[in-house]
Amino acid sequence: MENNNAKIREFMGQFISNVDFADDEDIFASGLVNSLFAMQLVLFLEKDYGITVENEDLDYDNFRTLNAIVDFIERKTKAAA
Amino acid sequence: MDFELTSEQKAAHQEFRMFVDQEIMPYSDQFDEAQAMPAEVVEKMAKAGYLAAVVPKAHGGLEMDATTFGLLCHEIGRGSASLLSLLTVHGMVCQAILKWGSAEHKTHWLPKLATGEAIGAFGLTEPNIGSDARNIETRVAPTEDGNYRLTGHKQWISFAQVANLFLIIAQCEDKPTAFLVERKTEGFSTEPMSGLLGFRSAMLAKIHMDECLIPASNMIGRIGFGFTHVAGTALDHGRYCIAWGCVGMGQGCLDSSLHYSGTREQFGKFLKDHQLIQQMTADMLTQIKAARLLCLHAGTLKDKGDPSLIMETSIAKYFASNMVQKVAEQAVQIHGANGCSTAYPVQRYYRDAKIMEIIEGSNQMQQMIIAKYGYQNFMTASRQTAN
Repeated sequence: MENNNAKIREFMGQFISNVDFADDEDIFASGLVNSLFAMQLVLFLEKDYGITVENEDLDYDNFRTLNAIVDFIERKTKAAA
Repeated sequence: MDFELTSEQKAAHQEFRMFVDQEIMPYSDQFDEAQAMPAEVVEKMAKAGYLAAVVPKAHGGLEMDATTFGLLCHEIGRGSASLLSLLTVHGMVCQAILKWGSAEHKTHWLPKLATGEAIGAFGLTEPNIGSDARNIETRVAPTEDGNYRLTGHKQWISFAQVANLFLIIAQCEDKPTAFLVERKTEGFSTEPMSGLLGFRSAMLAKIHMDECLIPASNMIGRIGFGFTHVAGTALDHGRYCIAWGCVGMGQGCLDSSLHYSGTREQFGKFLKDHQLIQQMTADMLTQIKAARLLCLHAGTLKDKGDPSLIMETSIAKYFASNMVQKVAEQAVQIHGANGCSTAYPVQRYYRDAKIMEIIEGSNQMQQMIIAKYGYQNFMTASRQTAN
């Protein structure tokens, strides 16, 4: 969990490089990322965690904060195990 | 990075080149003049399997790797930018269904798209909305039985005159959302567009949707994900096609210029032996090669599923479309007055090249996101150095 947090923060840090953001900050609502980030995040999660982000996963509650993304990965990897 | 093509990719490229030389190149200017793509050309594309290029084998497709598909776009672009746009928009619909469609969407539509029984088109742009795509005005309203009524207008939609399956982006609860819409839907109509600078045989049309009843099951993705994810997936594919197509068009310009300058004499020697022609030829060749390498790089990233593929594809599209605009201008210059006539294809490349700088995200939009990408990479590298 802690490792996932650091790894995802590092990925997100590429896009949000000039401000600090909290683990529970809504990065979409605060306008910290643009629309291209959304697809790059999907590709990152799929490549680095071996999961497939599917139709039914498209819920901003899965992606809006760093904590939400970590939880989403945990759920997806458990479901795949 | 090794960009050497495999023997299979080389063989596929040769097959694509022969198809274009035999079936497309001799007729492209006729299509352009008639402002129409004959149905038999689309049928030949389908018969050759090219409409199935990106569809998985499990759904009746060819499942080409990204580089092989790029080579197909290269050759089709060399033959006709208008026909390339069929490959582009049809593939965009295939990709959107493949990534974000339900199992039912995939089972029902992908085999039909693979054979050409269904021809796909992508409906995002509107009369009032181009780059500002999040603020599209087409809307769906829920019906009492849980379906939707779709109302609005789309414009500049490639192959909308002949497509029978449309991926339409509309506001649902004020959020961009994607829907599959069939031509046969009551209240759906298209209006051909003509007299364009380029893409004259790309069968462009306006789309009018008047209270079209759309089953809820036709939604692709979820409410609010129509632009970022569904259109995002489609547009990335579109930019990749366009980038490769530009390289093919550039190659067509170069081929025609090499032939012309090697056969036409002025001042007692062939044009190719005049240094100012050599300067243009060298610039054309170098620019085309550079664009091809960017496309190959983007293709390699696509096959790996690397997140940077999105931005590297944007860079390839930006560079290649700029490149072909300059290369086509030089090709017309080398051909002189002949280059302005339909006796040579360079006038068509020149007109079509301008379109490439506008479609699938104008080059000004690409510049904005590429500059931001540069800043992001710089900051990331600076942080890593500091740590």
